Amino acid sequence: MRNLLNKEKFIALLHDGMSLMVGGFLTNGTPEGLIDLVVESNVKNLTIICNDGGYPDKGVGRLVANNQVKKVIASHIGTNPVIGTMMQENKIEVELVPQGTLAERIRAYGAGLGGVLTPTGLDTLVQEGKQIIEVKGKKYLLEEALGADMALIGGAIADNYGNLKYNKTMRNFNPIMATACEVVVCEPKRIIDEIDPEHVITPHPFVDYILVGEYCD
Amino acid sequence: MTDKEIIASRIALELEDGDLVNLGIGIPTLVANYVPEDKRVTFQAENGIIGLGGLVEEETEIVNAGGMGASILEGGAFIDSITSFTFIRGGHIDITVLGALEVDQEGSLASWIIPGKMVPGMGGAMDLVTGAKKVIIAMRHTNKGIPKILKKCTLPLTASHQVNMIVTEMAVMEVRKDGLHLLEVHPDYTINDVIQATEAELIFGEVLPMKGI
Repeated sequence: MRNLLNKEKFIALLHDGMSLMVGGFLTNGTPEGLIDLVVESNVKNLTIICNDGGYPDKGVGRLVANNQVKKVIASHIGTNPVIGTMMQENKIEVELVPQGTLAERIRAYGAGLGGVLTPTGLDTLVQEGKQIIEVKGKKYLLEEALGADMALIGGAIADNYGNLKYNKTMRNFNPIMATACEVVVCEPKRIIDEIDPEHVITPHPFVDYILVGEYCD
Repeated sequence: MTDKEIIASRIALELEDGDLVNLGIGIPTLVANYVPEDKRVTFQAENGIIGLGGLVEEETEIVNAGGMGASILEGGAFIDSITSFTFIRGGHIDITVLGALEVDQEGSLASWIIPGKMVPGMGGAMDLVTGAKKVIIAMRHTNKGIPKILKKCTLPLTASHQVNMIVTEMAVMEVRKDGLHLLEVHPDYTINDVIQATEAELIFGEVLPMKGI
């Protein structure tokens, strides 16, 4: 069953040094209301795991611009030159991960697996420091599972039970991240009575809290 | 036709009826404009669309993999990133068309980092070139006169030995086991022009005028 959460209760869950997975793809499906509150909390030294670096004024980019981020794990930061500049100046640590590998590492954590074997990244910088494992004559990189303290889920339509489905392309990393974190908080676009069980994408046991109040229609 | 249009319209000839295709950002996106009506080609966008349609300026709920407002066609599906990369990594994409900074005669490519200068990241490109059945590179032949088609890439690789075909405004080339074959040359250029603009060794016999333009 869902636990409703207001702004104050959400901010109380945040602390310095925590790792946050943030859903969305170039901010499509990113919970901007939850980002507002992380900015307001001003917690520091965050590790942010997101598909991309968003934009300087949108998505996880706002946390970077507010100097709250120690490390970014993402597949792409090209849309946010602030991260690129801070990286060159050694003010932020960036781990670039191939997009499919990022998704699978998160899925693996949520599914209780130690990691995944993939040929993506072989013979590239991505290979550095990683084990190469041969299976049936084919080489693979061992990519370790990736979890976090908290997932911030956006782009969702929730029901009264806490089940989620997603709005159009806003699904992206959201349902995967909802499986891989200690605490999962969703900022739904709207709440309806009941989602048809055939259409539930994230079943309610994965969801700890649903943000209500001014951020939800 | 502009250089970009030449490249896109030539690549469209490679698409077969029934193919599932992923197009990268930039010149590759234009390929969709040249698919003949009698071929049913389905486009995938790695952020989560099977059946990607055209751009829609005001749209904010449906975006393509470049974050631009887009549309979904009848019969399409919205998917999560795991399903999207199951398509890509599991060999279910017939053709991917991507840009590159450098490509070499062994089929290796570099497209995601210029150390010390530009580090956009690989996004889905490493997965696409490793997992798609056929990899076509769409790019200008040179970077303002400096060859981009090399004997060996100098920039950090996106993947090694994965490129099947290179299409530029000058020529069509195919990577085979014995090296890089020059197959077609645009009528505005001679074979010698192409050789001059290419650092890689080109293997050729009969060279045809570029098709589809």
